Amino acid sequence: MTGRPSASQEPHLPGVDPAWSRTVTAPDAEGRVRSWHVLDNGAEPAAGTLLCVHGNPTWSYLWRGLLAAAPPGWRVVAPDHLGMGLSERPGRHEPPRTLAQRVDDLGALTSALGVRGPVVTVGHDWGGAISLGWALAHRDQLRGVVLGNTAVHQPAGDRGPVLIRLAHLPLVRQTACVWTPLFVRATSALSRPALSPDVRRALAAPYRSAGRRRGVGDFVADIPFAGEHPSRAAVEAVAEGTRTLDVPALLLWGPRDPVFGERYLADLRQRLPHAALHRYEGASHLVTEDAPQYADAVARWVRDLDAAPVPPRVPDQEPRSLWSALEERTDDLSPAVVEVGGARVSWAALDRRVRRLAAGMAAAGVRPGHRVALLVEPSADLTAAVYATWRAGAVVVVADKGLGFAGMRRALRSAAVDHVIGGRPGLLAARLMRLPGTRISAGHLPGPARRALGVRHSLDDLAATGRHAPMPAEPAADRDCAVVFTSGATGPAKGVVYRHAQVDAQLELLRSTYGVRPDDRLVAAFAPFALLGPALGIGSSVPDIDVTAPGTLTAAALADAAAAVDATLVFASPAALRNVVATAAGLSGPQAGALRRVRLLMSAGAPVPAALLESLQEVLPEAEAHTPYGMTEALPVTDVSLEEIRKAGDGDGVCVGRPLTGVEVAVSPLSADGTAGGEPVTEAGRTGEICVGAGHVKDRYDALWATERASSRDPGWHRTGDVGHLDADGRLWVEGRLAHVVSTPRGPVTPVGIEQRVERLDTVASAAAVGVGPRGTQALAVVVVPAAAGPRRGPSSRLRLAEPGLADAVRAAAGTDVAAVLTAAALPLDIRHASKVDRRKVAERAARALAGSRRR
Amino acid sequence: MKVLVTGASGMLGRATALALLERGDEVCVLQRRPAGLPCREVLGDVADPDVVGRGLAGQDAVVHLAAKVDVVGRWADYAHANVEGTREVVAGCRAQGVPRMVHVSSPSVAHAGRPLVGAAADRADPRHARGHYARSKAVAERVALRADSESLAVFAVRPHLVWGPGDTQLVARIVARADAGRLPVLGAGTALIDTTYVDNAGAALVAAVDACGTAHGEALVVSNGEPRPVREVLTRLCRAAGVPGPRRRVPAWAGHVAGAAVEAVWAATGRRDTPPLTRFLAEQLTTAHWFDQRRTREVLGWRPHVDLEEGFTRLSEWYACSPASR
Repeated sequence: MTGRPSASQEPHLPGVDPAWSRTVTAPDAEGRVRSWHVLDNGAEPAAGTLLCVHGNPTWSYLWRGLLAAAPPGWRVVAPDHLGMGLSERPGRHEPPRTLAQRVDDLGALTSALGVRGPVVTVGHDWGGAISLGWALAHRDQLRGVVLGNTAVHQPAGDRGPVLIRLAHLPLVRQTACVWTPLFVRATSALSRPALSPDVRRALAAPYRSAGRRRGVGDFVADIPFAGEHPSRAAVEAVAEGTRTLDVPALLLWGPRDPVFGERYLADLRQRLPHAALHRYEGASHLVTEDAPQYADAVARWVRDLDAAPVPPRVPDQEPRSLWSALEERTDDLSPAVVEVGGARVSWAALDRRVRRLAAGMAAAGVRPGHRVALLVEPSADLTAAVYATWRAGAVVVVADKGLGFAGMRRALRSAAVDHVIGGRPGLLAARLMRLPGTRISAGHLPGPARRALGVRHSLDDLAATGRHAPMPAEPAADRDCAVVFTSGATGPAKGVVYRHAQVDAQLELLRSTYGVRPDDRLVAAFAPFALLGPALGIGSSVPDIDVTAPGTLTAAALADAAAAVDATLVFASPAALRNVVATAAGLSGPQAGALRRVRLLMSAGAPVPAALLESLQEVLPEAEAHTPYGMTEALPVTDVSLEEIRKAGDGDGVCVGRPLTGVEVAVSPLSADGTAGGEPVTEAGRTGEICVGAGHVKDRYDALWATERASSRDPGWHRTGDVGHLDADGRLWVEGRLAHVVSTPRGPVTPVGIEQRVERLDTVASAAAVGVGPRGTQALAVVVVPAAAGPRRGPSSRLRLAEPGLADAVRAAAGTDVAAVLTAAALPLDIRHASKVDRRKVAERAARALAGSRRR
Repeated sequence: MKVLVTGASGMLGRATALALLERGDEVCVLQRRPAGLPCREVLGDVADPDVVGRGLAGQDAVVHLAAKVDVVGRWADYAHANVEGTREVVAGCRAQGVPRMVHVSSPSVAHAGRPLVGAAADRADPRHARGHYARSKAVAERVALRADSESLAVFAVRPHLVWGPGDTQLVARIVARADAGRLPVLGAGTALIDTTYVDNAGAALVAAVDACGTAHGEALVVSNGEPRPVREVLTRLCRAAGVPGPRRRVPAWAGHVAGAAVEAVWAATGRRDTPPLTRFLAEQLTTAHWFDQRRTREVLGWRPHVDLEEGFTRLSEWYACSPASR
């Protein structure tokens, strides 16, 4: 083997250290000596080697980020296949190389390179199959496999990815792949966001002439769509062999890939059921280009390979099943769930319905661990479906309309559901979203609609079947039970997975914190809680509103819902409560009377201003007002009453009270650059990322391995992404989102305290504090909506300079150096809660205004 | 320490010489006309080797500020004062064995017209610098930094928009125009610009003299590190001087067009007075200019001691005490 620097004759290759590039001579599968180009970081492989295998029509350049991010002790080797990249072009008369030859070629090359193991293979596109072929042939060296968007299985008769299929027609192939650079250029054009011209040029650099591109066409020709194809047997051997791989596996996926779509991911997951998965939402086929952070994820993952597993947090109490209250009240004819103006379902009827549905679902093929999407409006039907799914051992997937159609589609596709239960609108949406899974209709649909929507069963059919079908075994407490989604206010909504024991711990915490007794009755105008009444063992009613538009809840609708169950507890979001206060004048005598019987009001979703809680006392005079702090991943974490908010007074941030019994709260202190690196501490006055440890914290993020790894990197703690501090009395103060911390040269500055102080000015209606400029040296801008703002011309997103008087007042109130005070007609709010200011958007607008004219 | 300050008749040169004197250094100043400072003076052209040689003899350090600063004029004049002058100072340091040189440069040497948002001190780039002043200073900075060596430690310090009492360049011009009711704001006036109060810039140059040796061979931007919207800066300067602030608004594009037109007229007619607007100025007034100060403060061990508020107060007091200055 010889090595000499190469690629030096190539034009500028952004991201490549020239020292990585070399040419190696080594025999191919047939023993003929060839010249190969390899990127090799040359590290001493004390821990192992990452063998990176590119696909078509890319080359080793694809892996530059992984070479740069290599963890200590890991050698990273990325060869170019023969005929590809900067490797040797086989002679004109040689037949195209087959998959089997390419696998053997790679084996011959790795031995020439002195690769011994442990090896983690990394493959993308058709490099996935080649890397797995190598893995199966080198099991003694294999430590793990990593796959990007790829496929290993082409079932006979499967038409294959449409685009590749098209490129398979000889004339099209020659035209698209060889005679013109269409395929080469089109591949890098798939990237989202678009690649820089430099990178696109570098990706196409080895394929500048038809002669240089011959391998690209040959590669396409080697994809076996037909049974008699020479590579068919080799592909099938790899596909079947993959099932036998018992090494750790990591799948990194770009869901916007028009070539390798969801079904290829599903196929891989079924072959490698233990594989960790991270879906990079928004990324396309070239996942390494679209989500360059993949390199850090791989580096993290290989470092974790030899780390000891962290034992999970064990809940304190013996878990009860989520339907235990139903079993205890089998004969109870009092109402369990009441729809306003609709059905009243007794405990006895609900229990019966749930048991029959569970048995019917099991008989219809709903298996333990299956995922069931619930696209049903809040109703008694939905409640029964949720508990039946749980009882059958399956997992409910709940994505609400607040995410918007696109957000909901992203969420539900990422959850890889096995079944969909929905009314007509829900099933129609499922069809438009092209969700997989069998369709179950809630309510009766006429025949044509059933056929059009592909409905296999209705809930009533299943309940009827369930009368005589055996009850499935009860799921264990450590099985998954729910996938719910974060608000999506800061990027795509994240799936959050809970196990039975964790939901049970949450219920127990709610019961103990709010002293819930069996004779309490609940009105929940807050999406997830609307389902929890039966599990809490109390009657519940659903107000007649769109739960995804909480701001439309009127005082009368709330009162009617309260009257329906004679409610003692009300759970609602701040937006809903604001409207309740605004519409209180319209209450009739009996309605006001129903609200007078409510003993406790819990408001969740966003911090509730004390002034709003005070106004609510007039509507709900007997209710003790509580506002908990929490998030989709852990709710509740703390709780505070109006009384305690008054006592705490003003401070830097929003006082959200003390951690609940059994809940640990700590902060990971902010470093100078505004990131939170340190171990969680409970020292008073330290500002940092809020970390939560408790039995009801989420199990994990779904299909987001890297996000999960980062959020739980301190064993036993969940990093919330919020920043705040604990005070000397143990109270938690929330100061904003970690992503919104302004990193100034004087250190990190959190936004909420500044905004609160500025909003206390009579001249200011609302304020947002944001940073502009590079991290570590950001300038602080405060954008305010002036009180009594007159009508303004121009778009509302246009920011203007505040008048000197206002600017001086804001600066004086802010208490820290403010570079600019700008005014806006309104601040952008996140769509989901309509109550949190979208500071990222404000920051973008401020950055645009403060950069000035972009004219050259 | 024995220090030569070139260009001490300007506001910053004067402040630097005084700061060095105040701490007990033996200061000599070099410029064309007497500066009226209580120290030894060498009078003459900074591009004249004899003059420079006399000034540099026996010095421990030189702070080189002498430069032609203007928006009009012939390239040859800029090249002579700024490029040749710097070459002579470098040559003089080598000939006389002066071990430290602080070359005073300008952030405009690395500015190609884009907004500078928390920018680092990029390399001086004469090809893209805008106008004769910036281009000549870019060449000069490269001359100075290329001379950095074991025997001669060189820093290029780029103070950004220096202002303060007695300023005849920036403040006086703005105030005069505002007083005449002819100070427009181009565009929305929201572009963030950073400025430097003169005493801070002087202190930074003194710090650079001291730091020269432990670190050297790099360019550092110096500013107050308090960026503000451009209209606010103009308003505050006017308020301090007791004149009405900018009132007229001109769209940004109109400013650029007008700047281009004015330049064309001045070039065609050969006028030598200061034009009301140039494209460079229009650009300066409509794009952000503020800088990452972390490296500067780390290397120089310096921090601005006069913040904007204090600076405006001092300016206001100065205008109140010297009405003739208007």
